Amino acid sequence: MQRIGVFVCWCGSNIAATVDVHKVAETLAKEPGVVFSTNYQYMCSQAGQEMIQEAIHTHKLTGVVICSCSPRMHEGTFRKTCAAAGLNPYMVEIANIREQCSWIHKDMAEATEKAVILGRAAIAKVHLNAPLTAGTSPVTKRALVIGGGIAGIQTALDIADAGYEVDIVEKKPTIGGKMTQIDKTFPTLDCAACILTPKMVDAAQNEKIHIYSYSEVESVKGFVGNFHVTIRKKARFVDETKCTGCGDCTTKCPQKNVPNEFNLGMDNRRAIYIPFAQAVPKIATIDADYCTMLKTGKCGICSKVCAAGAIDYQQKDQLVEEEYGAIVVATGFDPISVEKFDEYAYSQSPDVVTSLEFERLMNAAGPTNGTLLRPSDKTHPHTLVFVQCVGSRCDGDGRGKSYCSKICCMYTAKHAMLCREKYPDTDVYVFYIDVRTPGKNFDEFYRRAVEEYGVHYIKGQVGKVVPENGKLKVQASDLLSNEQIHIDADMVILAAAIEPDKSARPLATMLTASMDTNDFFTEAHPKLRPVESPTAGIFLSGACQGPKDIPETVAQASAAAAKVLGLLAKDNLTCNPCVAQPDEMMCNGCSSCEKVCPYGAITYSDKEFRGPNRTTLIRRVASVNPAVCQGCGACTVACPSGAMDLKGFSNKQIMAEVDAICK
Amino acid sequence: MQEVMKKALELLQNGTVSRILGWKTGDFFYDLTPAVFESAEEVEKDFVFSPFCGANLSKYLIKESRKEGKIAVFLKPCDSYSFVQLLKEHRIIRDNVYVVGVACDGMCDIEKMKELGVKGVTAVREDGENLVCETLYGEKTVARKDALLERCVSCKSKKVVMFDEMLGENGEENPESHRFDKVAELEAMTPDERFAFWQNELSRCIRCNACRNVCPACSCEKCVFDNANSGIANKAAVTSFEEQNFHIIRAFHVASRCTDCGECSRVCPQHIPLHLLNRKFIKDINELYGEYQAGADMDTKPPLMNFTKDDCEPSIVHERGGDK
Repeated sequence: MQRIGVFVCWCGSNIAATVDVHKVAETLAKEPGVVFSTNYQYMCSQAGQEMIQEAIHTHKLTGVVICSCSPRMHEGTFRKTCAAAGLNPYMVEIANIREQCSWIHKDMAEATEKAVILGRAAIAKVHLNAPLTAGTSPVTKRALVIGGGIAGIQTALDIADAGYEVDIVEKKPTIGGKMTQIDKTFPTLDCAACILTPKMVDAAQNEKIHIYSYSEVESVKGFVGNFHVTIRKKARFVDETKCTGCGDCTTKCPQKNVPNEFNLGMDNRRAIYIPFAQAVPKIATIDADYCTMLKTGKCGICSKVCAAGAIDYQQKDQLVEEEYGAIVVATGFDPISVEKFDEYAYSQSPDVVTSLEFERLMNAAGPTNGTLLRPSDKTHPHTLVFVQCVGSRCDGDGRGKSYCSKICCMYTAKHAMLCREKYPDTDVYVFYIDVRTPGKNFDEFYRRAVEEYGVHYIKGQVGKVVPENGKLKVQASDLLSNEQIHIDADMVILAAAIEPDKSARPLATMLTASMDTNDFFTEAHPKLRPVESPTAGIFLSGACQGPKDIPETVAQASAAAAKVLGLLAKDNLTCNPCVAQPDEMMCNGCSSCEKVCPYGAITYSDKEFRGPNRTTLIRRVASVNPAVCQGCGACTVACPSGAMDLKGFSNKQIMAEVDAICK
Repeated sequence: MQEVMKKALELLQNGTVSRILGWKTGDFFYDLTPAVFESAEEVEKDFVFSPFCGANLSKYLIKESRKEGKIAVFLKPCDSYSFVQLLKEHRIIRDNVYVVGVACDGMCDIEKMKELGVKGVTAVREDGENLVCETLYGEKTVARKDALLERCVSCKSKKVVMFDEMLGENGEENPESHRFDKVAELEAMTPDERFAFWQNELSRCIRCNACRNVCPACSCEKCVFDNANSGIANKAAVTSFEEQNFHIIRAFHVASRCTDCGECSRVCPQHIPLHLLNRKFIKDINELYGEYQAGADMDTKPPLMNFTKDDCEPSIVHERGGDK
């Protein structure tokens, strides 16, 4: 029989205001095996912990039940407390009477009754607890960063700087991400390329960083400290080791009509291409969808002009297997498609553009070489209308997103300001719901756009844009003066909402990392663990976790790197001792457990058993590798004969809890 | 029928196998029981293959395939599904088994024949669509279709899915078996009516364990019902309707591994339609996770032990279980 101590926490008024903690302690004192029961204001405080330790000594406790907050919060704390007093830490059970009781009930009598039941279940479990000892597993001292935008680059640079190996997997032919397409950056108006490309080069030249460009993560197995990742290197039909990036092929390729994604399809590139001059790695890639040679077998010009002999039409996708200790997700964002917002005539007129397209139209490396020209007739526009919140803060109609995309107010102010500065003859209007400018020097920046550059900010939304006689007739309302406004604009620029990259959802499934309903990755704690995923060993960097501007992204990227370094600095991780264990005498050898195990922890072997009359039987039985098992329990459910059990969460313990609740 | 016995003799005599798993007469002519034959003499003396060979031989191979030497087994189409399912679960050592597939026109239910007035059967021969029975009371003829076991009336497949040799012509799967009609009828009932139906059926259970012992999916080293540690064996009876737990737990245990061979209902001395519980699971699995036949092949994973990204959400399962 166990000697159990029960400790009921008030959690200040969090629990005590809804649960009669005295009554709970008194009632549970009468349970079989309970030799000590008390309540205290803050069990997790120094005084509370000492109270537990003292009781362990005085009453020779063999098991401890703490009725308090969720085990996610303080199970670790109380296990340490009890271990320090000489009790095996796995003899501690938490009854969650806060999140699952006091916080969700209003009636004190009801909540008290439930708290007693939850306590009783924990006591029933402790009776069947056995001391467990944790093993250790080694940490692979190498990190994987998925996504090579500014977030991924920054995280990789910081990890490499601390002396650890890090690989970047980028699905595009070059790293750099969205920031490569941006012209100037707010609030300082320095050129994006000027601050980004040195970092891209740093990453490429750093001997600790290996870049897998034009590659995707194919599968992820394993667990924190020991991930096994398969990376698909997509065939680019150019030998990366030979290509010098001279670009001869990209000027000779006869297939000239391929929409250039770097300029968002506003101009064309060749079928063999280097995305932009500062691409890293600077290696040509053949676009298999357009290459005449790959499609018909007739052409081969690039191969003839390539002095390095790098062209390889036979190249196939390659699968690379790597081991990592930590994985950082930095998959970034994309602007939403604005096709659904037809009132703005995006699909009817080329002069209606998104902000990212506008960014390219202003950029020296863009389709117009940095001179702002209307896409329709290549003339200089005089009246420009910016529409904010296209698809952001957009509830109900299912076309957009309910959240604020956060970056649009600032980049729209930037665009308006740059327009007025370069072309003082322009009239610039910005239609907004609210102007949101929290951030260092952000509001000052916006005020400058209004006060120094004379941008017309109008509170109100644009109702309709109609292309007519080479103009865009904009109908809008000014909510402050309560007037209808008609503007004959030359261009309309839409601040499209941003959403997580489409590759994020399947990746989350591979990583068993959770996501919110908008497909942004969820953090382990919204305030206190913002760069970790709830899945151990998976970290979040940049806009994959929520809309962010560049300074925030870089800050989070470095924070994620710090968390990765904390993990990689360890030689061993303490394993969870609550792992599966088969009863060989009952195992049928059916392999059900092996098939459902997500970690590959279960293997089968033929073993000799004693049969009747001194005979020997050979039976196929399961065994679990405790260093690999993560204690998820899938096998215990799959096992048809109940031979598989989970230490610390045995079927018997769970049934005892259910029985205690139903008593 | 003679062909089957001839094959058994041939396999023993040419040394392909050292033992034969087949059927022999039990207490009565129509009461056939699985048996292992080790010599040609034993085969000639006792081996029987008749329209009463309902017994599924697959399960016996769990033990027999682990013995010295190779064994030949005769598998009817439905038995072959159980055989493949057991192979998938690593329960049978394939190399030690020589499978002879036998085509099947459906096996007979002696209870049905008795109802038709054919009692005291001592011999039977096939005559086209009819069975001519010699009985203690003279020769009687019944149409085969009227005498079939329930599972043969709604036969799902006449295809032997795995064999080393086939006797007769292998048949096809029968998607038009209507085997789920009765389940659909039960689903259409109100919960109270359905409860009353099962209470009526299951209250006859005498816990003889015949269904469990015959079931090829019930092949655990130690059954949970015999394991005092499982917490199932020693639950106190809540009501007189206690045996519901046994059958429902059993149905859950074999779910997505049950091939619908129908042996549970065939052997039940109380004539409880136990196969309906299993068919309910099969029907639900088909509807929720796509068509799946346990034991149809070696590769597909049982839907309840597999996860794919397009699996239905638990809420859908929950909604279907509402107050219908």
